[in-house]
Amino acid sequence: MSPSARPVARHPRMRTNALGLTPRDYEGAMSTLCAGCGHDSVTAALIQAFYQMDVEPHRVAKLSGIGCSSKTPTYFMSQAHGFNSVHGRMPSIAAGANAANRDLLFVGISGDGDSLSIGLGQFCHAIRRNVNMLYVLENNGVYALTKGQFSASADVGTRSKKGEVNRHGPIDPVNLALSLGATFVARSFSGDKRQLVPLLKAGLAHKGFAFIDVISPCVTFNDHVGSTKSYAHTRTHAHEVVETDFVQLKSRITADYEGGSTQAVTMHDGSVVRFSKVSEDYDPRDRGKVLRYLREVRNRGEVATGLLYLEESYEDLHEFENTVERPLVELEYETLCPGSKALAELQKEWW
Amino acid sequence: MEPTNTGDPQYYHRVVDCQWACPAHTNVPEYIRLIAQGRYTDAYMLNRKSNVFPGILGRTCDRPCEPACRRTRVDEKPVAICRLKRVAADLRDPVAHLMPEVPEEKNGKRVALIGGGPASLTVANDLLPLGYEVVLYEKHDRLGGLMLTNIPSFRLPEKVLSAEIGFIVDMGLEVHLETPVTSMRDLWENGGFDAVFVGVGAPRGKNLELPGRYDSANVHIGIDWLESVAFEHIDSIGERVLVIGVGNTAMDCCRTAKRLGGAEVKVMARRGRKDFKASEWELEDAEEEKVEILEYHSPKEFVVEDGVLKGMKFDVVEWYHDEEAGREKSRTVEEVFIPCDDVVLAIGQDNAFPWMERDMGIEFGKWDMPTVDRVTHQCSLPGIFFGGDAAWGPENIIWAVEHGHQAAISIHNHCQGIPLTDRPPAGMNLFSQKMGLHEWSYSNEYNPAARTQMRYVDLEERLRSMEVEAELGFDVQQTAREVQRCLNCDIQTDFEAKLCIECDACIDICPLFCLTITDNGEEEDLRQRLTAPADNLKQALYVSEALPQTKRVMVKDEDLCVHCGLCAERCPTAAWDMKKFDLIYPHAGQASRAEVS
Repeated sequence: MSPSARPVARHPRMRTNALGLTPRDYEGAMSTLCAGCGHDSVTAALIQAFYQMDVEPHRVAKLSGIGCSSKTPTYFMSQAHGFNSVHGRMPSIAAGANAANRDLLFVGISGDGDSLSIGLGQFCHAIRRNVNMLYVLENNGVYALTKGQFSASADVGTRSKKGEVNRHGPIDPVNLALSLGATFVARSFSGDKRQLVPLLKAGLAHKGFAFIDVISPCVTFNDHVGSTKSYAHTRTHAHEVVETDFVQLKSRITADYEGGSTQAVTMHDGSVVRFSKVSEDYDPRDRGKVLRYLREVRNRGEVATGLLYLEESYEDLHEFENTVERPLVELEYETLCPGSKALAELQKEWW
Repeated sequence: MEPTNTGDPQYYHRVVDCQWACPAHTNVPEYIRLIAQGRYTDAYMLNRKSNVFPGILGRTCDRPCEPACRRTRVDEKPVAICRLKRVAADLRDPVAHLMPEVPEEKNGKRVALIGGGPASLTVANDLLPLGYEVVLYEKHDRLGGLMLTNIPSFRLPEKVLSAEIGFIVDMGLEVHLETPVTSMRDLWENGGFDAVFVGVGAPRGKNLELPGRYDSANVHIGIDWLESVAFEHIDSIGERVLVIGVGNTAMDCCRTAKRLGGAEVKVMARRGRKDFKASEWELEDAEEEKVEILEYHSPKEFVVEDGVLKGMKFDVVEWYHDEEAGREKSRTVEEVFIPCDDVVLAIGQDNAFPWMERDMGIEFGKWDMPTVDRVTHQCSLPGIFFGGDAAWGPENIIWAVEHGHQAAISIHNHCQGIPLTDRPPAGMNLFSQKMGLHEWSYSNEYNPAARTQMRYVDLEERLRSMEVEAELGFDVQQTAREVQRCLNCDIQTDFEAKLCIECDACIDICPLFCLTITDNGEEEDLRQRLTAPADNLKQALYVSEALPQTKRVMVKDEDLCVHCGLCAERCPTAAWDMKKFDLIYPHAGQASRAEVS
């Protein structure tokens, strides 16, 4: 029989991070997703990102909605906080939790159904509010939990497993996020951790809403010839617009700049995102140019990947809403609930 | 790197560390699984196929398999392989009817075996079923060789020894006891044999030529003394005993001395503990029996007064690295006198062939040892073969058995006119263990249990007599736990590159980070680029053919794989599969290349 957990045996010489932890300390429950699901690779990439960034698991809140994708948070960091919300409503929960506790790192995991159909409005407003979180959209183009119907991200002309052709135009979450003013927009592929892990790390370091659309093939319903979200199609059509390297603050001294094609953006915490192999007509800090460029790539039938847009001077949810600095949970009762006298004083403002 | 050729039986053989390390290549994981299923008789017979003496070896083997065990790399201690072997031997049903059949009609070839130890008996075991007439000459009145004379009965009971020797004798071995061969030439020229096998061991214990050596009768040569004890010519020893030397024979000597009246037994070693030749477990057993082991004592003089041994003088030494000589050297710190009544010398053994004429065509080389081919076991005179300790000096029982198997192949080839170098090739069977979704035909759960401790007879009871077997063996519960510690290294992770879609599922699930998909390169470079440190150069890297989508390669570091099967469970295309590897390691009579063609 299949073991209910991974063997406890450990690599005796596995490198540990600054907290003395190995990647195995960031594991969650055994996945019950299909063997070969892209989502499990995203899980593994998240584990690597948290491990490499020396994140203490109890400082993380994992949130999700409904769908295959939304099972993902169960499969990493058992010691972190977790919230599994109603279908498509994860962004609201994330915004609320964010407002109540700005000390946690928020990671939302969603899918194309959860974010682009039932939760499309929620998704848009989370971007508008610039909720300080990493938002990962595991995008496979199908509703896999209900046996593989086309989702809102399915491309025109893509074929279902049984051969039907999709005729509805897709909602491109990257395009949408850019249009709505998102400050960190990326696309990657579950089968390319070399690219995905630095993006996740940069997303975690970003102040505000960091959005990563991850093409994450459904091996059961959407990995056949004719699908535009299969492993093979994504590999042959991916166009890495920019190569992104994330240099965390702790190791910045060693960063060297190769000049020429390299551009660098300093994050608010001092970490640096470096872009290399950027073509001349591309500027990841110019929203208009990015949108134009992505349209061209898309028209060629290619999938643009990389950290496509990054902006570091803006206000996030906390500044918009003037949220309290200390987490609510740490405030004394008197501060949290100052009493009827204080309420009366407050109400005078509207008299 | 070039893609790994897993079609070569030796690649997967090497992954099964215990089987690879065993001189006779016993299929350890398979017999452990049979024990786990309660199939003790089958486990015994599988063992017997390779090592001929499972009951004897289950008590006395030097266990080259255990330090090799993968468990030592992911956990602390190896699986108690040797003790499990004994379980199979102890709990088996009668097996006489399962022994190889011997044809009534003989093939007309006669083979002589000189010496009745494990090497000769193995040759007999392999050749009798092929129709050979096999004649054995033994100088003592019982068979067993060193297994009888040098291994004390509290470690190896007489009945276990005689039962397993009996299986071979019962195949129709013609045994001449108390018949030492005194002239090789006479036997060779007048015996009417087509081949002769020399398995006489290394019968001469090393002496210690120091002042006073011959002034007292209380200084004994270890193996001779053990032999006298085995034949009950000696049944007592003085109260204070010094054993010189710290190999396994020394351990047998000191523990025997404890049982013959030695109240205060000391083992004297020139070196520090890390350089002791004795197996760790034998040292522990001796110390458990209150034997004192003294390091850094170099023997200097026997002190005899009026013909009575009073004790010995030793130089207490310290070791240092001599740059000029490029090796460790010792210097004396002080001289000490240690009183004693008897001294047993256990500092090694030499070969001796006084009965072998030097002008009959058998070439002797360095150390007055016959020149013997490492593969064929034949000496310079075609038709005469050597094995066991007689071939290249003292080894151990399991090596003697393997020598016997190899010599039997040579003797068979020699008698059938097949070139000796035309050895039957190794082969393998490899078959999937998949039973269903997430279901395998083997127990793939990793059990973190610690190594099971052996139980012993109480110390007082144990030391009362030579006949009380010290170890009790594992009981059923202990066995059930210990078998689960085996990592099933013979259930191979077998990869088929053309099926891989590079989804990374196997890499992500592997608990020991054995797997990587990356661009190919030279081994040294590849080892730097893997998911986890791959710094154990003794363990191979598996490298696949180029993968279909990206032309990268799948690399597996074999070092720490616990064969949990999760890579295969998480693989959506069955590019990874768990396949049982069954090494076909042929013995005499199994098809050689010439016979196949």
